[in-house]
Amino acid sequence: MIDALVKFASIADFEGFARSLRSQDRTGIRSVRLCMGTGCQAKGAARLYELFEEAIKQSGQAGPIEVKPTGCHGLCQRSPIVVVEPAGIFYQQVEEPDVAEIFRETVLGGRAVPRLLYQDPETGKKLEAAEEIPFYKVQQRIVLSQNGRIDPTKITDYIAEGGYSALVKVLTSACAGASLPLRKQGMTPEEVIAEVEVAGLRGRGGGGFPTARKWRSCRSAEGSPKYVIGNGDEGDPGAYMDRSLMEGNPHSVIEGMLIGAYAIGSEKGYIYVRNEYPLAVKYLRTAISQAREIGLLGESILGTSFSFDIQINRGGGAFVCGESTALMASLEGRPGEPRAKYVHTVESGLWGKPTNLNNVETWANVPHIINRGGKWFAGIGTEKSRGTKVFSLVGKIANSGLIEVPMGITLRRIIYEIGAGMRDGKRFKAVQTGGPSGGCIPAEHLDARVDFEELTKLGSMMGSGGLIVMDEDTCMVNVARYFTDFLLNESCGKCTPCREGLAQMRHILQGITKGDGQAGDVEKLQALAEILSGTALCALGTTAANPVLSTIRYFRDEYDAHILDRRCPAKECRGLFIYQIDSEACKGCGICLKNCPVDAITGERKAPHVIDQQKCTRCGTCWEKCPFTAVLKV
Amino acid sequence: MSQDSQFIEQIVDRYDRDVGMLIPMMQDLQAECGYLSPDSLRALAKRLNVPLTRLYAVATFYTSFRLAPKGAHEVSLCMGTVCYLKGSANITQAICKEFKVAPGGTTPDRLFSFTAVNCVGACALAPVMVVDGRYHDGLTPESALEILHGLGPAEEAAEAGAKEGAR
Repeated sequence: MIDALVKFASIADFEGFARSLRSQDRTGIRSVRLCMGTGCQAKGAARLYELFEEAIKQSGQAGPIEVKPTGCHGLCQRSPIVVVEPAGIFYQQVEEPDVAEIFRETVLGGRAVPRLLYQDPETGKKLEAAEEIPFYKVQQRIVLSQNGRIDPTKITDYIAEGGYSALVKVLTSACAGASLPLRKQGMTPEEVIAEVEVAGLRGRGGGGFPTARKWRSCRSAEGSPKYVIGNGDEGDPGAYMDRSLMEGNPHSVIEGMLIGAYAIGSEKGYIYVRNEYPLAVKYLRTAISQAREIGLLGESILGTSFSFDIQINRGGGAFVCGESTALMASLEGRPGEPRAKYVHTVESGLWGKPTNLNNVETWANVPHIINRGGKWFAGIGTEKSRGTKVFSLVGKIANSGLIEVPMGITLRRIIYEIGAGMRDGKRFKAVQTGGPSGGCIPAEHLDARVDFEELTKLGSMMGSGGLIVMDEDTCMVNVARYFTDFLLNESCGKCTPCREGLAQMRHILQGITKGDGQAGDVEKLQALAEILSGTALCALGTTAANPVLSTIRYFRDEYDAHILDRRCPAKECRGLFIYQIDSEACKGCGICLKNCPVDAITGERKAPHVIDQQKCTRCGTCWEKCPFTAVLKV
Repeated sequence: MSQDSQFIEQIVDRYDRDVGMLIPMMQDLQAECGYLSPDSLRALAKRLNVPLTRLYAVATFYTSFRLAPKGAHEVSLCMGTVCYLKGSANITQAICKEFKVAPGGTTPDRLFSFTAVNCVGACALAPVMVVDGRYHDGLTPESALEILHGLGPAEEAAEAGAKEGAR
């Protein structure tokens, strides 16, 4: 094991070091890979780590047995997750008392503990390896391929898995003394851009702009210095792809940015991380300082003429800062207000200099493209959307988690094969894609293929990758209200259509969900939406109407039920449905009667109770308290 | 020289007096002092030779900045889409009613500062509440109130914080 890091003055030195790491003899080494992602940590993974360490110490085999804290494994629904190598046995929902058994049976004995294995809900079969579990089987992991395998705080782990080999491949030609006849010449900046162009990589932050075109514009733009930015200001509620990437494999983002900076001709980079992600900040800082230590960041990288360094900036908790011009304003120490983009940021961005901003997931794709070639990458996905996309699959779904799938996969496969369908046997209603500015896609379009164009056609968008699944209990009008509320709060207030238009839309939506809707409200919403999308300054404003428009498009009947019948079909909007007691299910226990704040419930003990609809305020206390689910929403 | 102005001196030096690094400076200032007091903002503006309005523009634009002292504990309730779908609005209501606090504010007894954040990125755990950095998952209004009622007074929090820091 190499502990002390030294600075490598040449590519050859670094390659020698990398080779020694990659060829290390691992036979006989048993490894416990423990997920330390946020989900698993919340379920006590840190304590499991301590217990495994103790067990190893007590066994006196600290050499051949190791416990490795890793980034997110993905199946957050079943956290905490523990994988034991070399057999690759996948354990889920591990608790403290299980550690001793896993250690004795699996680590020392090589046998699985059936109780802790994943059970296929369809076949009832216990599955040992992660690859057998449908959740993983359907996925294609490229960006996340090393997540869950490496310790994100150790640069040596990343290098051992092939990390920074793409950088070396690119850099070779920049070698100061080109006196290495045996070495294959590296890649010129133009060649790097061409490779990314062949790959057809498009921006993963939501915009879907061709990455190579952006790089080329920035490269040819006049002015210096030039800046590159990694956008890790993942503001979409219900999305944690970037978080998991930055926490699980920070070096992949750094390597991607290094290659991009080389291609563009930049010496200074920033990673802008959301304030709510302290662990991502910590791991990125560690990664950057380790990369500096061994000479992969800083002046004359690996002895070449290429210099580049990265600084981390934390966001201040403003959603709009995910927008490129707002983010740059924030980096300049100002409020994050976007500006009109008639001059592109690749020409005049940060401090008025050419600036290339990409999402951290876009950056993390780059090393794979350089290593395996643009053609290989272009072979994955659809004609216009190449490669894979990371999504966070969340909501009322059986298997919540972090997934990576090839572009072009259908929503149905994602939801029913990877996500294992709906939770609690409920009926699927819609899947919301694209964050607060995205749209809700109904069941009849579940066979739509997930790519940039297809989702836009359906009135939603790719966005950064949140997939929020909603079931029959979700009121779509209320969902539209929630997102409009969110966007109104996050609107920077600079331009009138967004600031005032959203306030009016929220006012109307609030009325509808309270039962005060008027005929013509839907048309008013549509008119406001049209103005908003046509005239707002930035993408937050122009797409802000998507949640409203898409729910009107697919769930018009729910709007009508609220407005015309004063009824909420999903029984979510308070006051637009009533509570009744099912006289057959009621045991007459009296709990509802005692808890009712307005004494609206009457009934003898052990006899069915009744709610007086005149007195009832629809607070829902009886519904929450009833131990026999005898209180119904009708 | 007061303690505050010493901090400010250090912080400004840390970023080479670069006004572009205003946000990190203010983040550090808040991390040291718990909030941005009028005095500290005035001192920072003076030190950087920028108008005080510019600091207030930044401090009021970004939700993570606080202009009033915080409570002994920090409580963030996630209001992301998934948490919302799973009932976090009811939890907010329950907390606000029980502790007489509004989102973004601090309880009258300074027991905790309460923020409703957009998304903490732990959607598989929804609804989620983060108390002093610890994630609590699958909350109901009852369990959330129980957790908050279990919070110790300010001194205990400081001790616990010191222990955490030492680890």
